[in-house]
Amino acid sequence: MIRLENVRKTFRGVRVLDGLSFELALGERIALIGSNGAGKTTLIRCLLGEYVHDGEVRIGGADPRRDRAAVLAGIGFVPQLPPPLRMPAGQLIDFAAGLCGKAPARIDDIARQLGLDVDAIRTRQFVRLSGGMKQKLLIAIALGRDAKLLIMDEPAANLDPEARRIFFDLLAERAQAATMIISSHRLDEVSALVNRVIEMDTGRIVLDDKVAEPGALSSRLDCRIRLKHPDPAIAKALAGWKFAFDAGEAAWSGEIAGADRLRFLGVVSRYTGLVSSLDMTERTH
Amino acid sequence: MKQFWLTARLDIVESLRARWFQIYSLVFGGIVALLFLFGLTESRVLGFIGLSRLLVTYIQLTMAILPIFVLITTVRSVAGDREAGVFEYLLSLPVSLWAWFWGKFAGRYIVIFLPVFGAMLLAVAWAAVQDIEVPWDMFAYYTALIAAMAMCFLGFGMLISSIARSTDVAQGAAFLTWLGFLLFLDLILLGVMIQERISPELAVTIALANPLQAFRTAALSMFDPQLIVLGPSAYVILDIFGADGYKLFAVAYPAALGVASAALGFLIFRRGDLP
Repeated sequence: MIRLENVRKTFRGVRVLDGLSFELALGERIALIGSNGAGKTTLIRCLLGEYVHDGEVRIGGADPRRDRAAVLAGIGFVPQLPPPLRMPAGQLIDFAAGLCGKAPARIDDIARQLGLDVDAIRTRQFVRLSGGMKQKLLIAIALGRDAKLLIMDEPAANLDPEARRIFFDLLAERAQAATMIISSHRLDEVSALVNRVIEMDTGRIVLDDKVAEPGALSSRLDCRIRLKHPDPAIAKALAGWKFAFDAGEAAWSGEIAGADRLRFLGVVSRYTGLVSSLDMTERTH
Repeated sequence: MKQFWLTARLDIVESLRARWFQIYSLVFGGIVALLFLFGLTESRVLGFIGLSRLLVTYIQLTMAILPIFVLITTVRSVAGDREAGVFEYLLSLPVSLWAWFWGKFAGRYIVIFLPVFGAMLLAVAWAAVQDIEVPWDMFAYYTALIAAMAMCFLGFGMLISSIARSTDVAQGAAFLTWLGFLLFLDLILLGVMIQERISPELAVTIALANPLQAFRTAALSMFDPQLIVLGPSAYVILDIFGADGYKLFAVAYPAALGVASAALGFLIFRRGDLP
């Protein structure tokens, strides 16, 4: 699916990518991790055919620079920072759908699934939408076509738990039919989504390993947390995860996406002293 | 072609919402309104009265404003979009570089030409309502001049945007380009150069090669067919081109220069890093 052969990129004498070589097969889900300046963004731009470089990049056998329209028709990209586009959201949807030769309704559908009211924002400038709305729209545009490769830079960072759960479901639907590259500074943010990790440092691959799959992307966990005493701060945090409070038992209960378990535990860890018991059970069906 | 039109349309929509476009439209609409307000149609200069007087003044003002406005706004928005990550995202969509660059050029051209032309059209419409005679030949030629002027400086703007990697550098380069053209206008530097005994042929060649000078001379030729105000250089110009030939040259040469600059910009854009 993707093959990189000795890819090198230099900016003003500084080597940013230093002889990268690897292959990715269809269905692989890769966490691309590394600190700032590791070369993640440069690598992504080379994959998108946006940077000229030494060495060879092939996606489905084609050069993303030379055959860009054909190659990019099969790539869905979600950037880390939404671009400051002044055009209305509806115009962006029409533009992307028009270029990909797909009906805008398909992007609308995915955006709605993610909880975005497309009709309400159609005439609003993209740049004026909230961070979460922008992210949902960019994800909908990336998933609204038959992408064989999904490149996502911190895609779930601005999403609420409910939207994240739906996002993971949407990824699960494409898990066998697409290769995914999910870029992040930290592995724990994306570990539940991937089956392989590539860590970069100063333009080199320092780790390339398989990840034990923690379960299906679409798995669900029933969760119950009992508190020593009520607390408004944890109540607010759990309400954000759509948890319900049982006053009789002084316990909160709700459902979280399997891929979100680490993130959820990270939130709960801030209130460890208040928790008297925590139970997480994966649904079997 | 679908990618080309989609990109052109996108650039038009983006520009219409930009503040520079609102100011740009306001400036040219305002100029026409002020010229009417000050009763320019009733004054007489060099035998010109009515709408022709207004059009002559309008084209002179346009020549002063349009080049720097187009250069700065083009490089600011194109280089600014690149810096802000707009290119990174939009060029991740399946659009060919040809369609992207030339679609952007076409969209931007429409956006910068229409307000200037629209203001002139408004003047003509108002004149028709007021029963003022409309000099259609002058209107047609000035329209062609404005179209060529917009093409020329948009081409330079796209070339600078392709070369410069940051907004600051692009703005500086655009300003220097405009200043260079301004310095080589006949009445300023060329006069000094002739005084310092450079060959008149060289001075006239420089003047002819300067698109700003070409516009200026062509606009003058509408009310001074013998180009008396230009002095000896008029003999060279009229000898080489003739009056009509020069008018044609003043439209075709800057337009071709603009397209050639944009084409060079495209080659540089295509060969380098996109975002």
